[in-house]
Amino acid sequence: MSHLSVRRLWQSYGDKVVLERINLEIESRSFVSIAGASGCGKSTFLRLVLGQERPTRGTILLDGDPLPPEPGPDRGVVFQRYSVFPHLTVLGNVILGLEIERSPLLGRLFGAARRRAIDEARHYLEAVGLDGDRERYPDALSGGMQQRLSIAQTLIKKPRVLLLDEPFGALDPGTRASIHALVLRPWSEHPMTVLMVTHDLTEAFKLGTRVLVFDKTRHDEQEPERYGATVTYDLTLNRSPSTPPPPAELQAEQASTRSGPRCPPADAPRTLGGAHGEPAHPARRRPTDASTAVEPRAVRDQFVGAGPAPARRCAGHVRRRPRRAGAPRPTSTHGPRRPPWNRGRYGTNS
Amino acid sequence: MTSYRFRWINRRPAGRGSLLALLPFVAIVVAYALGSHARLARNPEDKLMPAAATMAQSFATLAFERDARSGDYLFWEDSRASLVRMGAGLGIATGVGLVVGVAIGMLPYLRALLASLVAAFSMIPALAILPILFIVFGVGEVAKVVLIVVGVVPFIIRDLSQRVGELPEEQWIKAQTLGASSWQVALRMVLPQILPRLIDALRLSLGPAWLFLISAEAISATSGLGYRIFLVRRYLSMDVILPYVLWITLLAFAFDSGLKWLRRAAFPWAREEARR
Ligand SMILES: Nc1ncnc2c1ncn2[C@@H]1O[C@H](COP(=O)(O)OP(=O)(O)OP(=O)(O)O)[C@@H](O)[C@H]1O
Ligand SMILES: [Mg+2]
Repeated sequence: MSHLSVRRLWQSYGDKVVLERINLEIESRSFVSIAGASGCGKSTFLRLVLGQERPTRGTILLDGDPLPPEPGPDRGVVFQRYSVFPHLTVLGNVILGLEIERSPLLGRLFGAARRRAIDEARHYLEAVGLDGDRERYPDALSGGMQQRLSIAQTLIKKPRVLLLDEPFGALDPGTRASIHALVLRPWSEHPMTVLMVTHDLTEAFKLGTRVLVFDKTRHDEQEPERYGATVTYDLTLNRSPSTPPPPAELQAEQASTRSGPRCPPADAPRTLGGAHGEPAHPARRRPTDASTAVEPRAVRDQFVGAGPAPARRCAGHVRRRPRRAGAPRPTSTHGPRRPPWNRGRYGTNS
Repeated sequence: MTSYRFRWINRRPAGRGSLLALLPFVAIVVAYALGSHARLARNPEDKLMPAAATMAQSFATLAFERDARSGDYLFWEDSRASLVRMGAGLGIATGVGLVVGVAIGMLPYLRALLASLVAAFSMIPALAILPILFIVFGVGEVAKVVLIVVGVVPFIIRDLSQRVGELPEEQWIKAQTLGASSWQVALRMVLPQILPRLIDALRLSLGPAWLFLISAEAISATSGLGYRIFLVRRYLSMDVILPYVLWITLLAFAFDSGLKWLRRAAFPWAREEARR
């Protein structure tokens, strides 16, 4: 299956410690949402799991075996940008994974083998609502369509671990809502563990079976780079999953993305009702346990309101330029990619 | 009502401005015609600015009458010789540049080994080693082709390896998560995205390539466009030189447009930069 164990993980770049003392046991088939201030190392953590970088210290085990030290087909990824190949059509992007697997020498399929691959790919394209656009190039797709394409491209490989780094960060809320289902459905159908970085706590709680927050626990005012972030907040949720939206809604989103300016469909519900009644994921059917039976909104409010705002301490992107002593604190500690509707999620920051 | 005054950076010619583009050409032709007329009126023997009719006549002699000595149509023989050299030189340069450039761009080991060497090589003025090429390869065709290759290849290698490096990190990772081997990454991800860049690099190389070709032909050849120009220079035959220069320009322009067209037709997904 796909149980992840993270043991005493540290990651530093030169003198700069980014992550420290990360210990996690992530159950097979969990959906882990990872939140935290900009620059506190969420993407770094994903890169380590992905095998894009080696940890400075510590190990990550997948079902008890050390992770291969380079990216491979067992771990799929959807990035925020550049997630699809611009030189391939929508269909080409999705069958690429199959072509690579089945044709080691040319990386290309022909004839009947290609037709079989196309049939498989179209199944995934239909699932993400892009079957009608399969001959188009990504350049001609909206941001939401590109992300859906990337999801299909990744899922066709049936990865054991799916890594999502702010996959919906650049999308408007309406488009996001309808894409959420596209991640949840395959996750409930195919056994895989999902790690998703997001700046949107609503999203984190809505999709995740477990929510992690990365933050620094130790601070050194003279030498802010001395300590890294670790997991400061870890909550396992037990509510039942949001189920995929009815297809009609998907189509509405498609229509809105295809016809020029992107805007959420007027009637897109903000929360997706469980119309489909798919079997709930086992991890989400655990009997209610007093320690974890928390109403998500209550948790969110508690977290957002609690303590010193994490965004203050952890803004690596801002801190990279050394500040002169006595210089005013930067007023905004958010990274440049924080979408406008999402500012100030972590409370005050000045 | 006062009319709105646009900034100059926002004023654009109506249509596609092609008439405007013609203007300077027409101006040059007219200026030449006037100058030529004035000089010939003063001295009918003047060779510096021959009249259009004289040029046409000389050109026709070269293009449509067999040469008494060799029995060739000189103009076409010159064109053929030059184009063969050019084609061979650019063809080899493209092949070598593509393979080496992509390999250096993709493989850190190869980059560590070769990148500095290529950078150093690209600093050598190719014309300075032309004598060496003549000594090593003799004065035949090989030296001329090699000059074009040597002059153009370092640029193509550097340009392409840099372009390979500019492919977003996300793509490299993505390809690997789809299970691609290094070879498959080269074949399915890097090569197709680098080919339009290769065409760009080739277009930029056309100028230097012609320069190398004509220089080599000027120094040692028995045919070729450059050879002819430098041969008739002794007789101040502007009536031959000018049509030849025009023809070379036309060829270069055709190459360039052809490549541009090829890029658009073969890579519809690749946007060209600078669309303003
Ligand atoms: N290769 C590297 N060399 C040096 N510093 C790095 C490197 N990669 C990341 N960092 C630093 O590590 C810190 C964490 O970066 P990371 O991208 O993981 O943050 P993040 O939590 O994903 O932020 P965001 O929410 O803005 O995406 C940043 O301060 C960054 O400058
Ligand atoms: Mg990040």
